Amino acid sequence: MSVLVGKDTRLLVQGITGSAGGFHAKQMIEYGTQVVAGVTPGRGGEKFEGKVPVFDTVAQAVKATGANASCIFVPPPGAADAILEALDAGVPLVVCITEGIPVVDMLQVRRVLEGLAGKARLIGPNCPGIITPGACKIGIMPGHIHKTGHVGVVSRSGTLTYEAVGQLSALGIGQSTCIGIGGDPVGGMDFVDVLELFQADPDTHGVILIGEIGGGAEERAARFIREKMNKPVAGFIAGTTAPPGKRMGHAGAIIAGGKGTAAEKIAALESAGVRVAPTPSDMATTLVGMMSKAG
Amino acid sequence: MKIHEYQAKQIFARYGLPIPRGYPAFTVDDAEAAAKRLAQETGSPVVVVKAQIHAGGRGKGGGVKVAKGGAAEARELAQKILGMQLVTHQTGPEGQKVRRLYVEQGLDIARELYLGAVIDRDRRRVAFMASTEGGVEIEKVAAETPEKILTVHVDPTVGLAPYQARQLAFGLGVGGKDTLGKFVKLLRGLYDVVLREDCSLCEINPLVVTRQNDIVALDAKLNLDDNAEFRHPEWKELEDKEEEDPVELEAKAAGLNYVSLDGNVGCLVNGAGLAMATMDIIKHFGAGHGVAPANFLDVGGGANQEQVTKAFSMILKSSKVKAIFVNIFGGIMKCDVIANGVVAAAKGLGLKVPVIVRLEGTNVELGRKILNESGLAIQAAGTMADGAQKVVAAVGGGR
Repeated sequence: MSVLVGKDTRLLVQGITGSAGGFHAKQMIEYGTQVVAGVTPGRGGEKFEGKVPVFDTVAQAVKATGANASCIFVPPPGAADAILEALDAGVPLVVCITEGIPVVDMLQVRRVLEGLAGKARLIGPNCPGIITPGACKIGIMPGHIHKTGHVGVVSRSGTLTYEAVGQLSALGIGQSTCIGIGGDPVGGMDFVDVLELFQADPDTHGVILIGEIGGGAEERAARFIREKMNKPVAGFIAGTTAPPGKRMGHAGAIIAGGKGTAAEKIAALESAGVRVAPTPSDMATTLVGMMSKAG
Repeated sequence: MKIHEYQAKQIFARYGLPIPRGYPAFTVDDAEAAAKRLAQETGSPVVVVKAQIHAGGRGKGGGVKVAKGGAAEARELAQKILGMQLVTHQTGPEGQKVRRLYVEQGLDIARELYLGAVIDRDRRRVAFMASTEGGVEIEKVAAETPEKILTVHVDPTVGLAPYQARQLAFGLGVGGKDTLGKFVKLLRGLYDVVLREDCSLCEINPLVVTRQNDIVALDAKLNLDDNAEFRHPEWKELEDKEEEDPVELEAKAAGLNYVSLDGNVGCLVNGAGLAMATMDIIKHFGAGHGVAPANFLDVGGGANQEQVTKAFSMILKSSKVKAIFVNIFGGIMKCDVIANGVVAAAKGLGLKVPVIVRLEGTNVELGRKILNESGLAIQAAGTMADGAQKVVAAVGGGR
């Protein structure tokens, strides 16, 4: 078991004929993901790698192949439009890898998502994607570091997701599903949306949550964990020592007006029973400590 | 991206938002000429000479002065302000050199208000904030008297509705017949600016009501969303390179993300989250030993070997750097690309400080082999914690 994606996920790749889209489509196929279609406007009728049919529109691709998830590698000028196209075609899970989408564009996408009232989910943008080890990889994460198992990982940071997964796998602990929700200020699923799924998934026994400075998503996650979760959650917040007002790479990672500091987030999580790792090297061991105690 | 007040006001003017008359000045002569011209245009000798730097708090720092006596006085003030090292709460103690001025007509001010538009990431909407407490730091108002900040959120499918603008107008006490229409028009124009000019922040502090019941943007601050640069070729002209850290500009030109900090460890990482976590862990182990990051070069996911070489060279050249920590978890970024880039830069420039490398992820074995066979004095680290401790020891912590 897992959340959102598994063996029966049928993936289409928007931007499959581009260099990033093509490279990662191949990697996903190699990992075992069922890549059933590609979409590039004006390239309909071609075959990707001689196998995967390419369509002009997402609607055509969905109709012909029954795709039920999309992974977007479209460059920033067209990326928000690509998300809207996938949502309009009824794709229930859209994963947008693209980094650098203007925030004004994402405000509109977000509004459309709200209008769909839960019928579709967006992961990202500016994220590594989602993987259920051994079954389905949608995104750009290195598949080989993962291992099948029972820990869910959710993170705003790509490389820190890999870090947590690497630590878990090194201890022989596998993962149910790992989701990078992305580092942009306005995006799709947030921590609470993912935690709801992990809480409901019988095969997820514990969770690692990796947050960072800026915004209030970690505080909302803490409230959800306190009120609705009984599975152990270990956390890490990046940016404890970040100077206020300085954008630390992610557009979302900025402390503004004294809000969104790591100290506030750590306090909120700890008060909800989350154990926060003292350093990024201790994420897996912190969760293991909680899980062995829980029996 | 930040722009100057006078540039923001030029954008405002294009959208029909009310601003005082004014002219930018790059020399003392410019300033005097601007003051003369304003006196002719407005019939009043009163002008304001304003330092143009990319930081707030200019008035308090002595960068904004009123000349009541006409062009000669404006010239004197310009002489004082131009070239000064202006220190404000946003510049840091070293301040920022003033290279440009804005000379503006003086207004007869009755009230000072605050108006700002931001992206509220928790509500995923553009939020307009307004307050009767204009002219002071809004962060202070937010902390001490949050009830004095009025907020409306804009539904992107509807746009800013007139009733929302009226809500703010009545809350600010500008709902009278002479001012209501002007305020609503200004607010709706401002929303257009935010959307069409791709602003991540737009602030008018103060927004003034004049004794003639006009509503005028006395100050203007716009931050532009870097992600939208591709659809704004005109932004190139707004860029003021002298206001930017030259190293950050060099990095940007090479497609790298650079953050400058105050410490002594140079860091090469991939990914923003890992950059922050690396900073945290260096400070975690180094706090008692005076060890902290001097900078970050984030090569991201797609850098090629030339970019990695460039990144590592930039760190090697920084005089603040007493040790270097390379911390990479390869995903798309392959460890052998990093290793080759590091070796090429180190062979080109020589290694004068200790280098600690922690590699993990895609092609890690190949990456380690390249480093081992390079003949360079590089210390390998197994984990982030191990690497951070070795860096602290290398800089002199605990010895």
